[in-house]
Amino acid sequence: MRLYDLATTIRSKNAGPFRLTIDLVLPDAGAFARVLASEEMQPERIAALYDVAADDVNVIPFERILTVKVALPRPGASSGAPGDRDVYGCGQHFPLADVDV
Amino acid sequence: MSGGSLRVISLNGLLGYGYPRASLERALEMRPDVVGVDAGSTDPGPFYLGAGESFVSEAQVRSDLEPALCATVARGLPLVIGTAGGAGAKPHLDGLVAMVREIARERSLRFRMAVIPAEVSQQTVLAALREGHVTACGPAHELTEEHVRGCTRIVGQMGTEPLIEALEGGADVIVAGRCCDAAIFAAEPIRRGFAPGPALHMGKILECGTLAARPAGANDVLVGTIDAEGFEVTPANPDRRCTPESVAAHSLYEQPDPNCFYEPEGKVDLSEAEFAQADPRAVRVTGSRLERAEQPAVKLEGARLAGFRAITIAGVRDPLVIERLGEIERSVGAAVADAMAGTLAPDEFSARFLRFGIDGVTEGREPAPSPPPREVGLVIDAVAPTQELADRVLKLARSTALHQHFDGRKTTAGNLAFPFSPSDFSGGPVYEFAVYHLMRVEDPRALFPVSLEEVGGR
Repeated sequence: MRLYDLATTIRSKNAGPFRLTIDLVLPDAGAFARVLASEEMQPERIAALYDVAADDVNVIPFERILTVKVALPRPGASSGAPGDRDVYGCGQHFPLADVDV
Repeated sequence: MSGGSLRVISLNGLLGYGYPRASLERALEMRPDVVGVDAGSTDPGPFYLGAGESFVSEAQVRSDLEPALCATVARGLPLVIGTAGGAGAKPHLDGLVAMVREIARERSLRFRMAVIPAEVSQQTVLAALREGHVTACGPAHELTEEHVRGCTRIVGQMGTEPLIEALEGGADVIVAGRCCDAAIFAAEPIRRGFAPGPALHMGKILECGTLAARPAGANDVLVGTIDAEGFEVTPANPDRRCTPESVAAHSLYEQPDPNCFYEPEGKVDLSEAEFAQADPRAVRVTGSRLERAEQPAVKLEGARLAGFRAITIAGVRDPLVIERLGEIERSVGAAVADAMAGTLAPDEFSARFLRFGIDGVTEGREPAPSPPPREVGLVIDAVAPTQELADRVLKLARSTALHQHFDGRKTTAGNLAFPFSPSDFSGGPVYEFAVYHLMRVEDPRALFPVSLEEVGGR
């Protein structure tokens, strides 16, 4: 199932001007476990999608609200610098949202 | 401390975003002890810090500030305003202080005002850098002296300490420069002896107003009440409610780690935090703890001028032009580089295509190809060392793109549909965050001197 269709909330945002965070809120414990178990959610896979170093990608579960947080460096320029495309980082949940889990 | 609890109002998510006046009235009826409002953010990018400008209109800031200032002064409640003017550097702080004085004069208000600047001199940062006291904050670059010297302005994020000093000095109104968002709301609870972990966690939730409520919005009043065991948050507006999910989700909003966040006071650990529905619209939070920082550190933000921008916007409908936009961009780039030779080297300017409808947002980071769209919104973005040069690069790129030839081209009268005349827009200076680093300090208060003044001639 496409992550975008599975998640009830999927939001990206700057965590400071050099980092992005993507929150995936899942509808139930099954979906939460499914996302965490997915090969597509390994830091190496996410790093390849965003063209950043795998060491800098963190996937952190927050079970109480069935949320998985992904933190990664901003691909490309820092917020608002020449070359940037998304000052607030609010459109960067894709391509991750398109993966099949 | 009334009944062992203390109540904090957060006016809204950002001074200038608006809030219903009825919500402020309701919140004031709840007998609060202090009112806070966050007036800034780095979210809108480095321009506002670099240029000394605000990202909300002055008239809208005044429209938000005046009722809150009149109400708090009338009731003798402290009003804490953090990150004045959007970025909290000197021009931002001066502008908001002038506005507070103007409102006081017009409305005949009398109060004691604390003003706390947050600009940090290049000399201070350079000295710390040479001592090895500056480290990158997250994935930011390693700091060099050149980065520091290039900044038009550097600010430090103050924590609760300078705000507590101002409150101890009897300030009725505090206007602070760059400030940690949570500190605005945590200062008075910490000063009155409440545990700093829950106080900072409550501040973190309050700082965006009702963004932590449902329906979410940054334009309404949120009320926090702290006691010995934890804290509770409730929207003032009866049409909104907090849920354990909405509050927990906001705890991890725009943070890299859901289990903790960092403040100058230390690490606020949320791994044991519990969120429970206290009444239909209120959520109670317990279990948040502060692990004190061993060595005080201040987060620095500095903006450097990176050039000047000019843009044009055009639509593309022709399928062959859409298919060949990448090739057209390369041809235009080569033609512009030729025309600018002798004036600018290729690495001194840029002229890029943003192809909205194809890959404008993700820059082509897509695992699967998608069919070509019927139309594309094209922005040509030129950045060069002066506005005149940026305008020149853009005009060259625009006229070349309009008439650029490619094999099989059918649109020989022109490739682009310009919606506007004039077609080109000068974007002004472009900044970048050259400093986003932590600086270890002996005493953070030395960076944020508090000055008190009587407004209205008390």
